[in-house]
Amino acid sequence: MHTGERPSVAYLFLSPWIAGALLLTLGPMAASLYLSFTDYDLFTAPRWTGLDNYVRILTSDPHFWNAVAATTKFVAISVPVQLAAALGVAMLINRPSRARGAYRSAFYAPSLLGASVSVAVVWRVIFHDWIGQPDRALLALVLLAVWQFGAPMVIFLAGLQQIPREYYDAAAVDGAGPWRTFRSITLPMLSPVIFFNLVLDTIRAFQVFTGAYVLSNGTGGPSDSTLFYTLYLYEKGFVEFKMGYASAMAWLLLVAVAAITALLFRTSRSWVFYGGEA
Amino acid sequence: MIRRVGWHLLVLALLIPLLYPIVWLAAASFKPSGEILQSLALLPKHAILDNYAYLAGDLAGVPVWRFFVNSILVSAGCAAANIVSCSLAGYAFARLRFRLRKPLFAVMLATIMLPTHAVLIPQYTIFQRLGTVDTFWPLILPKLLATDAFFVFLMVQFMRNIPRELDEAARLDGCGSIRIFPAVILPLIRPAVVTTAIFTFIWTWNDFLSQLIYLSDPEKYTLPLALRLFIDVTDPNAYGPMLALSALALVPILLFFAAFQRLLVEGFATSGLKG
Repeated sequence: MHTGERPSVAYLFLSPWIAGALLLTLGPMAASLYLSFTDYDLFTAPRWTGLDNYVRILTSDPHFWNAVAATTKFVAISVPVQLAAALGVAMLINRPSRARGAYRSAFYAPSLLGASVSVAVVWRVIFHDWIGQPDRALLALVLLAVWQFGAPMVIFLAGLQQIPREYYDAAAVDGAGPWRTFRSITLPMLSPVIFFNLVLDTIRAFQVFTGAYVLSNGTGGPSDSTLFYTLYLYEKGFVEFKMGYASAMAWLLLVAVAAITALLFRTSRSWVFYGGEA
Repeated sequence: MIRRVGWHLLVLALLIPLLYPIVWLAAASFKPSGEILQSLALLPKHAILDNYAYLAGDLAGVPVWRFFVNSILVSAGCAAANIVSCSLAGYAFARLRFRLRKPLFAVMLATIMLPTHAVLIPQYTIFQRLGTVDTFWPLILPKLLATDAFFVFLMVQFMRNIPRELDEAARLDGCGSIRIFPAVILPLIRPAVVTTAIFTFIWTWNDFLSQLIYLSDPEKYTLPLALRLFIDVTDPNAYGPMLALSALALVPILLFFAAFQRLLVEGFATSGLKG
């Protein structure tokens, strides 16, 4: 395309985004890397302490490892269960019907409400017998996350509707049963969408905060069972003002999330199929 | 026919437990505090309005309506800011040619995946140095600078579907990008603009962490922070008013949802396809 304009016009349109990326994203990332090597407390100038924060986090902070354990458990359970529910319900309601649109909206509603303190408060009251017990408190938070399966569901539904009808007709002619059709047509055709949902959901699950804060009064209790990584980071940074320490935690989180994302991308080569129309 | 009825029944059987917590909240907000923990039954044994009457008064010395005003100011401010900044950036990425387009687009996509915690502390330091902690600026300014990459992406996805011929024709008529954007593109992406506005409003309305970090004066508290005041107290008499305020805080989201559900559902679905 020839626009006949100087490219500076494009940068003019992009200038708010560029300013934001430099001043509020890339700059702060560099700053938090620097702060992670200091003992910054917000009120006095940061003092360089080298790897001290990282060594202390990894070798002598049991709360950190409890936070890693609670977060890992939460992500490992809630993401697959949520995606399975999302795919199951998407396939269920993906049939021609006048009610389909209404059903789609109804299943999606919890995704818009679920991140609120209001719903966390409801959970706190409904599950008040559970939040005193470590395993059940975590389970209540998993249920809160799974309850919001509507967001990946609408993406699955849109993906399902892009699969050409003829594939299913051909499978029916070949006498393929529902399971065979699911394995040979639905799953491979949907794999890019499954991958998209898996990556975004995993990253989102690592950052869950509100529910854990509200259900445990910000403590992550009982016995650190709901001390999610973000909750502990908040506590270190904004309650204890150990901002150097919290910055080191933020970088460990960033590296972990980047590594897991990279791993997902790597494994995706063997199970994600692109270009169905080719 | 029987299969059809069976299908409807199955879907409804799934929907009832799914929506139960919301309906329960609405009903429980009319129960006396003592009754709330006793059973998860839907209908109150003694329906009362006291919980709502309580909210006509003060909380932490601040009239409760003030929290609503604060939440509206922050959420509407963020929504307006996101519309402007994300549509400008989306237009450049979707319709304009410039040398750094590909690498910058990759940076934008990567920031969708960036955990907010990686930038939380330096951002806080910046806003503290600017003397803006305990104002609404740290909540709104990032939106003005298009840091919500999800919406930039949404705009891009949407603008890609607009026929190129439209801008080509405008260019032949001698229009530059600066005229084409407001005159041709903006009216055509109205659904994306509305979707961005409502999503931003709802997500900001629900957001807890940044409001918790930046706002400390109860006069400036938003609804999530006001609700936290209830959670901190273990007084069982607080349960009724706490649920009433929780229910009221969901009303705007439900209203938006009722009015724009199709746009919201389709807007969200768009983000997952045609990547």
